[in-house]
Amino acid sequence: MIGLAHYLVASALLFAIGLFGVLTRRNAVAILMGIELMLNAANVNFVAFTKYVSPELVRGHVAALVIITLAACEAAVGLALVISAYRHLETVHVDEINLMRW
Amino acid sequence: MASLAWLEVLFPLAAYGVLILRGRALGERAPLFAIGAMVLSTAVAVGVLAEQIAGARPFSWRTIWAVGGDRVITAGFTVDPLSATMAAMVTVVATSIFVYSVGYMRGDPYYARFFAFLSLFCAGMLTTVLANSFLVLLVGWEIIGLCSYLLIGFYFRRRSANMAQMKAFLTTRVGDTLMLIGIMALFSKFGTVDYHAIFEALAHSDTIEPASVVLAGLPVPLATLVALLIFGGAVGKSGQVPLHVWLPDAMEGPTPVSALIHAATMVAAGVYLVARTYPLFFYTADRAALGVVAWIGGITALLAALMALAQDDIKRILAYSTISQLGFMMAGLGVLGYTAGFFHLLTHAFFKALLFLGAGSVIHAVRTNNIKEMGGLRTRMPVTFWTFLVGMLALAGIFPFAGFWSKDEILLEAMAHNPPLYWLLMAVSFLTAFYMTRLVAYTFFGSYRGPAHPEPDPWLPEDYRRAGIPHQVHGTHPHVPHESPPIMTVPLVFLAAGSLLVGFIGAPGTGPGGGSWLHHFVEFEAFREAGIEPAPFSWAGALPGLGVAVAGVLAAWLIYGVKVVHSTQLRAFAPWFDAFLRNRMYIDALYGWVFVRGGLMFAQLLRAFDTYVVDGIVNAVGYLLVLIARLDRLVDTYVVDGIVNLVGLFTRWLGSVLRYVQTGRAYNYILVAAVGVVLIVVWTLWRL
Repeated sequence: MIGLAHYLVASALLFAIGLFGVLTRRNAVAILMGIELMLNAANVNFVAFTKYVSPELVRGHVAALVIITLAACEAAVGLALVISAYRHLETVHVDEINLMRW
Repeated sequence: MASLAWLEVLFPLAAYGVLILRGRALGERAPLFAIGAMVLSTAVAVGVLAEQIAGARPFSWRTIWAVGGDRVITAGFTVDPLSATMAAMVTVVATSIFVYSVGYMRGDPYYARFFAFLSLFCAGMLTTVLANSFLVLLVGWEIIGLCSYLLIGFYFRRRSANMAQMKAFLTTRVGDTLMLIGIMALFSKFGTVDYHAIFEALAHSDTIEPASVVLAGLPVPLATLVALLIFGGAVGKSGQVPLHVWLPDAMEGPTPVSALIHAATMVAAGVYLVARTYPLFFYTADRAALGVVAWIGGITALLAALMALAQDDIKRILAYSTISQLGFMMAGLGVLGYTAGFFHLLTHAFFKALLFLGAGSVIHAVRTNNIKEMGGLRTRMPVTFWTFLVGMLALAGIFPFAGFWSKDEILLEAMAHNPPLYWLLMAVSFLTAFYMTRLVAYTFFGSYRGPAHPEPDPWLPEDYRRAGIPHQVHGTHPHVPHESPPIMTVPLVFLAAGSLLVGFIGAPGTGPGGGSWLHHFVEFEAFREAGIEPAPFSWAGALPGLGVAVAGVLAAWLIYGVKVVHSTQLRAFAPWFDAFLRNRMYIDALYGWVFVRGGLMFAQLLRAFDTYVVDGIVNAVGYLLVLIARLDRLVDTYVVDGIVNLVGLFTRWLGSVLRYVQTGRAYNYILVAAVGVVLIVVWTLWRL
C-alpha cells in the first residue's frame, strides 16, 4: 500500500535532484529547469498532504495550482532574461555573465 | 510788521534753496533770485526799523523748541532798536554787494553756487541778529562759520584758498568752542538760554552771584568767566587778537565775499554779539569783563594798524584795517560806549563794504592785488577813485564822513572812562589815516606801473582761465585799466552816499536835548539806572581826534604822495621793524610753529603710539591666535583626522576582505542557502 511517506520521499528526492541541478549546472536554461523540479516537489507535497490529512478540502490543490501559475510566470521571465543575456553577451553560461562583479 | 521779521531770514534761505538745487539750470538768471530775495528781505528789515523808529515796543516771539525735564529751551526772534538797526544795515549793505557781484563774478563757472552761498550767509547772519536766545544765535553763528569756509575757499582749485578756508574755520572754531562752553555754563546756571530771562535774572539779583571758580590758582568770579567765554566767540568771529590770523588770509575769497565778511556779516557778528549780550559783561564784578573787552579791542586795533602799514596787497591792507576797526568797536563797547561801539559797527559796514568793492573794481581793472603795480588810476577809473576816496576819508575819520562821528564817540567815551586806552586809540587813529592814505596814493596817484600786457591772472586755476574768468570782458586786446561796468559802480556810489550820510544819525543835535539821535534810539537801559551818561559831544573833545587823523593823512601824503621823503629811506632806518610788520609780527609764524607743527608733531607722536603700542597689542593678540591656531591644526590633523581616517581605513580593510564573500555567482549563494537549511534542519532534529 502506498502511504504518505512514499510521496514525501519521492518529493524529497525530486527536490534534491532539482537542487543538485541548480548547483551543478552552469547553463542558465538548465538552472531554470532545476528550479522547476524543486517547485514541482513542493506541489507533490501539497497534493499528498491534502489527500492524507484532509481529503474533504482542496486547499492543497489550490496552492499547487497557484504554484504552477507562478512557475509558468517565473519560467517566462527567466527565459526572457536568458534570451536577453544571450543577445547581449552571446552566452547563457552563468559564470561568464559577470558584468557587475567586483 | 515786527512779527514778520522772520521773513528777513526766510527770503535769503529760500533763495539759497532754489539756487543750490536749480542753480545750474538758471545760469545767468541765478542772481535775480538772490537779489530779489535780498531786496524783499531789505524791505521787511527797513519796514521793521521804521516801525521801531516810530516808537513801536520791542517785539519778541518765542516757542518751545525742546523740553528736558523741567528745563524748557525756547527759540524765537526779537525785534528791538538794536536788532532792527543791525538787520537793516546787514540787508542794505548785503544787497549792494549782491548787485556788485553780478558784475564781478560774471562768467564764473560756479556763478549760481556763489549766489547760493551768499544768500545762505545772509540768512545765517540775520538769524544771529534776530535771535532771542543763545541757542538760536548759535545756529546762525555756525551757518556764518560754514559759509565763510565755503566762500573763502570758493576758488577751490587754488591751494592757498584751501589753506585759508581751513585756517579761517579752525581759528574761529577755537572761539566758538569757548562760546559754546559759556552757553552751557549759562544754561546750567539759569536753566534757560533765553536772552531776556538771563538778563533779567542778572539785572535783578542785587547780590551778583559771588560764586567763583579757581582757574590757574586764581579765583575768577563765575559771571566774569562766563562773560569772557562768550566774548571768546566774538574774538574768534571778529578777528580780535589773538585769533585775528584768519582774517587777512580770508582775502583768498572773491572780493565781494571779502566785502560781505568784513562789512555786513561775519566779523560784525562778533561785535554784535557783545552788544547783544551786553548785560553779561556789564553785571560782572567791577565790570572786569568790560575791561578785558576794552583792552583786547585796543591792543587788536593797534597791532592790526601797525601790520597794515607794511602790506602791499590792497585787500590785505583793508583786512588789517578791518581788524583794527573791529578792535576799535570792541574798545568802544568796553569803555561803556555801548552806542558808540555799535554806531561804529554801522558806519564801518558802509565804508568798509565800499572800500572792498572799490578794491575789487581796481583788481578787476589791473588784474593784480599789489598796490605797487597800480598807480595813476585816478583818471582812468574816476568813479572808483572818488567813491574809494570817500571810503578812505570815512575810515580815516575825517569830518564830515561817517567814520568821523563814530570814531569820535569811541574816543570820547575812552577819554571819559579809560584814559590810557584813549591815547592808544589816538595812535591807532593816526595809523589808520596813514595807511589808508598810503594805499590811495599808491593806487590812484602817480603813474601806472603795471605791465601793458598783464598775464591773465596766474593765480587763477586752469578751468577759470579757460573760461576767461573773471576778466573775459577784456578779451585779448592790449590791456588798459578802465572803469568797471555800471552794475559794479552803482553799488559803489550807493555805498559812498551811505558812508557820507550814515554818520549823521549819530551827530549831535539830531536827537532830543542836543544829544545824538542814535543814542536816543539804541541805548542800554541799565546805564540810566547806574547813572552813566554818554560822553557829550564837544568840539574840544573832537578836534584832537580829527587833528590826529588829518596829521596821519598829511604825513602819509608827504611820503607817498609828494615824496618829500622816499619810503625806502624811511625803511632803511629800521629794516628789522619793517620786516617785523611785513611778516605780521611773526604771530602767524608762531601759530604755525606752535599749533600747526605742534599739532602735527603731537599727531605723529600719537601715530607712533598707535603703530607701536596699539597696533603692537593687536598684532601680539593676532600672533598668539595664529600660534594657537597652528597647534589646533596639529591636533586636528593628527588626532581628529587620525581617528576619522582610522575608521575609514578599518572599514576599507574589512571591505577588501569581505568582498571575497560576494562572488556574484548565484549557485554559490544557493549552495550557502542550501547548506544553511540543511544545518538548521539537522540542528532542529538534533534538538528533538
